[in-house]
Amino acid sequence: MTTLEFVNVSKRYRVRGASTMLALDDVSFTLHDRETIALVGQSGSGKSTIAKILTQLETPTSGEVLLNGKPIPRHGRGLRSYRQTLRMIFQDPFASLNPYHSIRYHIERPLRLDNVVPQNETETEVRRLLERVRLDADAVIDRRPHELSGGQRQRVAIARALASRPSLLIADEPVSMLDVSIRLGVLHLLADLQREEGLGVLYITHDLATARHFSDQIMVLHQGRVVEHGPADDVILNPQHEYTRELRSASPDPEKHFATASTRPQGGVA
Amino acid sequence: MKIPVRFIASRSAFYLFTAWAAITINFFLPRMMAGDPVTAYMQRNAGQISPEAERSLRILFGLDQNTSVWEQYTGYWQLLFSGDLGRSFSNGLAPVGDIISSALPWTLGLVGIATIVSFVLGTATGALIGWRRGSKADVIVPISTFFSTVPYFWLGLIAIAVFSSTLGWFPASHAYDKGSSPVFTADFIGQVIAHGALPAITIVIASLGGWILGMRNMMLTVLDEDYITVAQAKGLPNRRVLWHYAARNAMLPQLSSFALSIGFIVGGTIVMEMVFSYPGIGKLLLDATNAKDYPLMQGVFLIITLAVLCANVLADVAYAILDPRTRQTEA
Amino acid sequence: MPDPLLTVHDFSIVYDVDPPVKAVKNVTLELQRGEILGLAGESGCGKTTLAYGLQRLLRAPAVIASGSVTFHDASGVDIDVNALNVEEMRRFRWDKISMVFQGAMNALNPVTTIGAQLDDVFRVHRPDLSRRERRAACEELLELVAVGRERIRSFPHELSGGMRQRVMIAMALALRPQLMVMVMDEPTTALDVLVQREILSQISMLRHEFGFSVIFITHDLPLLLEISDRIAVMRGGEIIELAPAREIWEHPQHEYTKTLLASFPRLTGERGVLVR
Repeated sequence: MTTLEFVNVSKRYRVRGASTMLALDDVSFTLHDRETIALVGQSGSGKSTIAKILTQLETPTSGEVLLNGKPIPRHGRGLRSYRQTLRMIFQDPFASLNPYHSIRYHIERPLRLDNVVPQNETETEVRRLLERVRLDADAVIDRRPHELSGGQRQRVAIARALASRPSLLIADEPVSMLDVSIRLGVLHLLADLQREEGLGVLYITHDLATARHFSDQIMVLHQGRVVEHGPADDVILNPQHEYTRELRSASPDPEKHFATASTRPQGGVA
Repeated sequence: MKIPVRFIASRSAFYLFTAWAAITINFFLPRMMAGDPVTAYMQRNAGQISPEAERSLRILFGLDQNTSVWEQYTGYWQLLFSGDLGRSFSNGLAPVGDIISSALPWTLGLVGIATIVSFVLGTATGALIGWRRGSKADVIVPISTFFSTVPYFWLGLIAIAVFSSTLGWFPASHAYDKGSSPVFTADFIGQVIAHGALPAITIVIASLGGWILGMRNMMLTVLDEDYITVAQAKGLPNRRVLWHYAARNAMLPQLSSFALSIGFIVGGTIVMEMVFSYPGIGKLLLDATNAKDYPLMQGVFLIITLAVLCANVLADVAYAILDPRTRQTEA
Repeated sequence: MPDPLLTVHDFSIVYDVDPPVKAVKNVTLELQRGEILGLAGESGCGKTTLAYGLQRLLRAPAVIASGSVTFHDASGVDIDVNALNVEEMRRFRWDKISMVFQGAMNALNPVTTIGAQLDDVFRVHRPDLSRRERRAACEELLELVAVGRERIRSFPHELSGGMRQRVMIAMALALRPQLMVMVMDEPTTALDVLVQREILSQISMLRHEFGFSVIFITHDLPLLLEISDRIAVMRGGEIIELAPAREIWEHPQHEYTKTLLASFPRLTGERGVLVR
């Protein structure tokens, strides 16, 4: 059983000398393994600040981030085990893999660093992980990132994240840079892995539709505050907060559009 | 054009601090030098030094055993503010300030003009080459780069051998004909131009390549930006897109390299003035070093430091005027 | 009654490298006056190249390999765009067809004021206007898109993303063009649906007022379904399906169109597009 908790976390940035900007304002939530929470917000909402705090690029101004009830250690073995428990998948599969190294190297590294399997089983484990993300291990293992498509690269990034057998996964806009026709495939893969491996997933996104279908709960972040948090269907189908309603009506919804506009005014924009 | 006060204040504070640090280092350096050529000089020339010259030398070099370092330091600042940089050993104890002020205009005039010409010419050429990427104009890049990789003293000597000794087009050395003295006459100005042409041209040729290459590469980056496509889609004439949109943005990093290169220009000046026996600051420093003329060296260092600072201030101001973003983000 | 504004016939664009790559293949389409046409497709399908090609904004090595583009001007004159000389082409641009880019941060020159960038348009296309008239026109445009005339001296970085976007629209409106091409195709800048929606309603409002046609270029098919009259789906440089939005939604013909439609989970529809 693994839990990640944000307890009253605030983050204040200094901007130009005197003034400050509150990027996160008293954010609290709990992520358990075996559940998916979508963190929905537009640019500037503070969702990337949360990702930065989780990757320890930033520290909260106030409040605490707890893993299994304990603060995250800043260094040493504790930090290493935190990083092994919680893994990230980034938005840009072109930037998150090193162009000079083969796919094998990318996945071997966390295996060796965290001593996940005995030395002589490394190769088997690399292949198993690649198959796990539905890549043809023989075809990709000796390739370099630039020889793969964007979708394949993101799968490699997922395999790498899985290598240390984490219990939590932070997926920061994992598909927004991929071609639309392969996005769902990658999301399906993440959903399957989540279920089969019992992972806790924090799915950070701007897209309400995938958030709804992919997650158990949705948290809506607006100007650093969680304005709404609840079961996915409730938040989308029956939004309580004004901002969530605004977001919902701004998101394209052709189904509703064609259902209501039987005789469509010429070129009307809702 | 609005430039926030806070931006100006923070930049000024930065430069004032740098100037203070440079002057203070200049104060401590002679005090840290091993051996003491100054005392030796004083003993050799005992009796010939006027009391106030002796006092200023003592303060400048920290030889006054009776005063604390702090008193020496404040005395040093007083001397600086009254324009007294001490006396030069190798020039019959003439005031260092006078010697420097007779050499400085030559260097500033020649190297300053040559550097600005090179910067403007190189940047404009680089902009044009970048704009017409893939055209025949591209050959300029390797040629100009070749000249900037050639060691400067060698380039200078070849230039003298060809254009001065063999062809006789330009005088080989000095700033004006022997026997003339600096007066404002057409004849004298003609001499100055004739003597300055060869060193100036060699400086331009040697430094042009860097500006061309830097600007060309930046142009290639900038030309891929959306705002260039928008400018073209707006139906602006190519000339306007080139200068107002592309070159305007591409030259910003050039200004930073300009500020950075000022230090190297000082080094280049010394070699140039040596090769062409040009009576500027570089030659002065060289002569002072050979003669172990510490007061003069100290004075030249100070002036060079201040000149580099001033040039940096100018580059900074130009950058702030040309790039509105710096005014905001760095303030 | 058909009233075409732009006729594109057998239009092809080739990247002249070795071996040559066909980026746009024999595209034929007719845009009606006042129509909103959506151009949908994934990255690399040629939709942006096609848009640039219509205005002859291609850069080497891309070249127009075949076909014609005819602009049926409101004055009744038919303009063969490919036959214009350089100067005529320059005058045609923005006056008849203007463009709006989604990445509005990069679409505006970062080192000059937005006023100067608006002014540019009048300076080159309306040389008869005096400095004062140009200034008045720029201020009027900024008011029109609700940015406010006092922003005329602002630099792009001093404005919010939405404001920059509206400045771009003001600029695109400056000469009252008959066609506006909106390139909304950057995955990283498309992350703000509120800004996007605000811009779309602004365009819609202005279109009712000025009656221009719009070509929308994006990979976001659900968005196109809501705002377009007709949608062209592109893949591999070809238009594989062109039909009214409702047709595309209800009876997609091409397999690829179906794939694209299935790629977007329904916001409010039945849960379960993602098998969980």
